[in-house]
Amino acid sequence: MKFRSKMIDVGCLNHFTRVVNTITKLNKTCVLRLTPDNLYFVLSGKVANGGVSMWCELLQVNFFDEYQIEGVSPDANEICLEVAPENLSRALKTAQNAKSVKIKLTKKHCPCLTLAAELPSLSSVSRVVTHDIPVDVIPRRLWHDYKEPSMPDFDVSIYLPPLKTMKNVVDRMKNLSNFLVIEANLSGEMNLKIETDLVSVTTHFKDLGNPPWGDDASQSRSQSRDPAAMAHARLDIKKLLQFLMGQQVNPSKAMCNIVHKRIVHLIFLHEDVSLQYFIPAVA
Amino acid sequence: MDYVATGSNVKVLAKAIHSLSRIGEELYFESTGRWLALRTVNSSRSAFACFHLCPLFFQRFHTPQGDSFRCKMPIKSVQAVFKSLSSLEKTVEKCRIEWKPEQSQLTFTLHCKMCSVLGLLKTHNLSFQDCESLQAVFDKERSPNVLRAQPRLLVDTVLHFPPSLEEVTLSVTSDRMWLKNHVEDESDQSQAMMTELYLSSEEFEDFVVTLANQHHFCLKELSAPTAPPPDDFMCDAHGLIPHCYGTSEIAGPSTQINQPPRSTHAPTPPNHRLFSCFSLSSSQFRSLFFGSVLPTPSQGTSQTLQGQDVLASDSEDEGSP
Repeated sequence: MKFRSKMIDVGCLNHFTRVVNTITKLNKTCVLRLTPDNLYFVLSGKVANGGVSMWCELLQVNFFDEYQIEGVSPDANEICLEVAPENLSRALKTAQNAKSVKIKLTKKHCPCLTLAAELPSLSSVSRVVTHDIPVDVIPRRLWHDYKEPSMPDFDVSIYLPPLKTMKNVVDRMKNLSNFLVIEANLSGEMNLKIETDLVSVTTHFKDLGNPPWGDDASQSRSQSRDPAAMAHARLDIKKLLQFLMGQQVNPSKAMCNIVHKRIVHLIFLHEDVSLQYFIPAVA
Repeated sequence: MDYVATGSNVKVLAKAIHSLSRIGEELYFESTGRWLALRTVNSSRSAFACFHLCPLFFQRFHTPQGDSFRCKMPIKSVQAVFKSLSSLEKTVEKCRIEWKPEQSQLTFTLHCKMCSVLGLLKTHNLSFQDCESLQAVFDKERSPNVLRAQPRLLVDTVLHFPPSLEEVTLSVTSDRMWLKNHVEDESDQSQAMMTELYLSSEEFEDFVVTLANQHHFCLKELSAPTAPPPDDFMCDAHGLIPHCYGTSEIAGPSTQINQPPRSTHAPTPPNHRLFSCFSLSSSQFRSLFFGSVLPTPSQGTSQTLQGQDVLASDSEDEGSP
């Protein structure tokens, strides 16, 4: 297994760092899948995470100037590693003005992802800082846990309100209740509701717009659906908030798919990165 | 004894004290006619730091003829006098330090400027304890290695390591300096991220290495002089030049632990030292770190370690730094 890559563009480096910082805020460990075309940060829905799962996809050519991979075998040309994103975040943090950053798979005292940043210096010789981040190689037989999630058969798909507003609303609601109900319909309306013995609060959003998925299955489903009918799901408010707070950049598109009473699927699209987050509903 | 510091030097004084508080818990004052020294040492006696303030630093520097004076007090008490660094600059015009031997007190008086004609005087009477002169025995001239650089270099270097990091290893060869984090525990090694930074000799103002070696020491203590205070030293006083002197007087086996043992009867710090010295135009800051030197392949294990109690010498002579 071999992996060598190099980033020299400061913009790409900053962007990559922001993505990693977002992942860091979501969980202590995650899986990094490396393929010839993409990098994926994956969190599979396990009890330990409270059932949330995440899929973050980056197109490697948009970040790296050099990128070589030799996977586990010719027919499975990819590498799957378990890593603590915080380490990656820390390593990238001080390399923001680096002339180049190389990331490669190495074997030190254990398998590592080694990040070497060439920093500007006072002399003709660059300063080099190297970080060896320990990783666990995930054997092929477990790869099925980290596959790309399929689009759920959603009842409603809607664009989200501005991230900042949503963050503020949910942040205030968390002080009143541990659970939040998110509901939306195909007329571009969304409500965020909390309800306790003493108080119930609802924030209404209108004119959000519904993404035109254009897929046969969902189109027929949505055609038969009453546009005013709300699909809803009750979520652990902390999980939603954790996701919203972790976002470092405003996405170009932010959508939410709701499977009635089952799951909320959030999709954030940026130019080079897509991020999907699944939060299961609670009873 | 009566010293008065004014203007921005009050902030420098405050920062010196805050900087020392990162290393030790007691502040040692010593004054002769030539300077006022503020010193501290950490509990395990593995790091020592010292500020020497010359008369030029003060508006008034009065030491009674022939009198020298020495005392120590908890550093937290002195820190409390200079509580808020940011408001110090705006509000305090003058700081006066007087020695009151009859009451065993050092009196700190802060003259604060106010909008109105009336000023405000804050007086702190701090009790001191008598003590011996805190000295570090170290001969700069015998150092086989001398590194000198702009403080910015040290600050930039330390930045790459997390503040919570315990120990680092500093290595030098003839053309490079390496700094890397040190993880003692086997099990930690597989979890911990290892960071290594190297600097070429060209980045230093002076880089003389006659003995390639490595030192372990505690990062917190190294970063004390490089944390925010000295950055401002650069602005407030010109000519801040940190010098690092590394020595390995007797290359012993590296089986000792990185922090010297705490029990008083046990052998004391290894005599492998890293000494760093920052100079300002009107004052000087020196700190001394002890660490263990890692063996080079050529060293045999038959050499015995000669421990010596290098701190708490009674010498009043400031001959060696």
